[in-house]
Amino acid sequence: MTEQTTPTGHLPSPRDLAARVGGGGAVPPASAAPSGPPPGQTGPQPGPHARPPGGQHPEQEATAPPAVIPRQVTGAQALILALEQLGTEVVFGLPGGAILPAYDPLLDSARVRHVLVRHEQGAGHAATGYAQATGRVGVCMATSGPGATNLVTPIADAYMDSVPVVAITGQVSTSLIGTDGFQEADISGITLPITKHNFLVTQAGDIARTIGEAFHLASTGRPGPVLVDIAKDALQSTTEFRWPVPFDLPGYHPVTRPHSRQVREAARMIAAARRPVLYVGGGVIKARAHAELKELAELTGAPVVTTLMARGAFPDSHPQHLGMPGMHGTVAAVGALQKSDLIVALGTRFDDRVTGRLDSFAPDARIVHADIDPAEISKNRHADVPIVGDCRDVITELIGAVTAEREKGEGEPADLAAWWAQLDGWRRTYPLGYEQPGDGSLSPQYVIERIGKIAGPDAVYVAGVGQHQMWAAQFISYENPATWLNSGGLGTMGYAVPAAMGAKTGRPDACVWAIDGDGCFQMTNQELATCALEGIPVKVAIINNGNLGMVRQWQTLFYNERYSNTDLHPQAGQATSAGTRVPDFVKLAEAYGCVGLRCASAGDVDDVIEQAMKIEDRPVVVDFIVHRDAMVWPMVAAGTGNDDIKVARDMAPDWEAEGE
Amino acid sequence: MTRHTLSVLVENKAGLLVRVAGLFARRGFNIDSLAVGPTEHEEISRMTIVVNCEDRPLEQVTKQLNRLVNVLKIVELDPAAAVQRELLLVKVRADLETRSRVLETVTLFRAKVVDVAPDAVTVEATGNKDKLEALIRVLQPFGIKELVQSGMVAVGRGGRSITDRSLRPVERSA
Repeated sequence: MTEQTTPTGHLPSPRDLAARVGGGGAVPPASAAPSGPPPGQTGPQPGPHARPPGGQHPEQEATAPPAVIPRQVTGAQALILALEQLGTEVVFGLPGGAILPAYDPLLDSARVRHVLVRHEQGAGHAATGYAQATGRVGVCMATSGPGATNLVTPIADAYMDSVPVVAITGQVSTSLIGTDGFQEADISGITLPITKHNFLVTQAGDIARTIGEAFHLASTGRPGPVLVDIAKDALQSTTEFRWPVPFDLPGYHPVTRPHSRQVREAARMIAAARRPVLYVGGGVIKARAHAELKELAELTGAPVVTTLMARGAFPDSHPQHLGMPGMHGTVAAVGALQKSDLIVALGTRFDDRVTGRLDSFAPDARIVHADIDPAEISKNRHADVPIVGDCRDVITELIGAVTAEREKGEGEPADLAAWWAQLDGWRRTYPLGYEQPGDGSLSPQYVIERIGKIAGPDAVYVAGVGQHQMWAAQFISYENPATWLNSGGLGTMGYAVPAAMGAKTGRPDACVWAIDGDGCFQMTNQELATCALEGIPVKVAIINNGNLGMVRQWQTLFYNERYSNTDLHPQAGQATSAGTRVPDFVKLAEAYGCVGLRCASAGDVDDVIEQAMKIEDRPVVVDFIVHRDAMVWPMVAAGTGNDDIKVARDMAPDWEAEGE
Repeated sequence: MTRHTLSVLVENKAGLLVRVAGLFARRGFNIDSLAVGPTEHEEISRMTIVVNCEDRPLEQVTKQLNRLVNVLKIVELDPAAAVQRELLLVKVRADLETRSRVLETVTLFRAKVVDVAPDAVTVEATGNKDKLEALIRVLQPFGIKELVQSGMVAVGRGGRSITDRSLRPVERSA
């Protein structure tokens, strides 16, 4: 028999499982601490997860929450008490029939702030933005049926980008489930393929434990969204609230500690490589391993590339940083991977936007692949050395192993001079850049570059999806982790405004800029009302080219400039005439209680940004009217290989000429 | 392509079959056969899944299955070291003239008759895929009126159990 178990090979014992039967003998009695906070009278102490960003892993650092005396509560109270115990400081949501019972005790909670959104999709993205900016679990809440289905997009988004989010939905009462009841939707069935796990809770006694499990699942291992669907009658009936509660997750054992033999093998390969590259993904930011990454990079002298999800994991100002690889990556970063003899992939998944055509990706490279999710390893590209583990543990051990190799004397620091000469050649010859439009109109890249310069590396930047997203990834210098949030995997237009709202809620002292397209902005701008009323002063830069810009770019390049349905402006060609703006974003911003500004010329850009930077008490929206024909370069066209990267239209880099 | 038999221990929870079946569908893996039922532990069900794929995709299948929170353990059973059985119920045309020959076939295959009617008999047989296919071939000429077959179930030979080795408690709480 070939055994294929989870690496720890654990199976449940009857003891584990007894906990499920609700108050069975295996449930340890709650400790008899005398001072459990009664419901509704909890003080505003920070919960165990309330900590500054950049701190420790919640799981590693969490001190045991104070035990509470078991007492009779409703299911709804148990839900709110559990959220309090878990240190939830904010829930983004919108009430409705089935979730109504939960909103009653929420009104009394002094610890949990509820931000009332205007659309449930906004709640979901806000929870995601909050989680990405703080590293804590983001929480959103909605009612059954349409409330729940409106969460589907942000849940799928969080799933693709591995963001720890807990979504709580009300469900119709147990007796109505399966009858096509009013506002009934099988949301746990709908979200099966887009959640890390989900639950349907029908007993009040299961609520607290399930919420605890949902937080644990969302935030450990490979993070991801977890949905908890709770039947209305479970919220209404009474139960005994105990905390802490034992989890009942016998099949869940994420591996965080890497296998030391694999790490030593990786270190030997690093020592032997002549053209190594550290290919860094979002897992490094999630593992808070940026400091360790810098140490490893400097120890090995290897070049670093950071994917779209990893911008900020390694300082852009660092001389070993080649920028972003992939479809719109730098020539140096794309070339480094292509010509490498050893790719050390850290917390990344060889996504098609990075590899281009897989069969021509990095043909000469051996692969060390470290990821916390075993299923990612060798999924797309075979790994010569697979390492399953948390990136921080992996990198820390790699540092030790590489140092040990050196001390053995056999592994002198590899001579990477020839490699660097080639890389520097590409960097020198093909830097990122853009042309100013000839007609005096505003260049979108310039606007984004100036926002990055003026707001600086401590600000948090949140992008939508499309050209502006790529430019924001390219032309803003990121120096710190968790300062660049975007929808990478799912590519969700409409992500920016609500995610910026979530980020600003979690990090109220940070300056948060949403860099959005005019197409994206029109999908979720209703949350500006939430921002204005809840005192969440985000800044929004609309990169307004009057078009679905990225789609238009593809039409320009691949569809003979036939612009089918990408022009958002009623009268094409008169995009700069203020009288024809539909909608007028300045008026719209003002209608939402925000400051609305407009800028259409390069000379005004700095002034307008400075003006926006000074406004602290309200959200600001700046409508930057930019040229519509600007394109994102470099580009690896979909379906082609990375060797076919173009630095501009019909312009391919000359790889060899810029060698040594 | 090779046939692989996976024994999957899962928590006995609502919707588990959908989670597993959905995973196969969405990742583009084909299931040849799937059988699920209770085990010696009340809270654990056991699935026997037969998949037809190369070794590399099989590795993806097991890794993806392991990602499911309710999946406890996956074991690939080597056909040479496992007992594999399917159940077949087949209703065969059998009148006064042919009945004795049908019954003779049934005896040859160590199958049994579980229902008799004037014009038909219903035969129950268990065995591996090859045996059942052979039985069907031999019964075919009499006329098969109805046929139903279960998915394969399998268990490793010898005294070891895939459930007992790691039955140890793990302390976890919020």
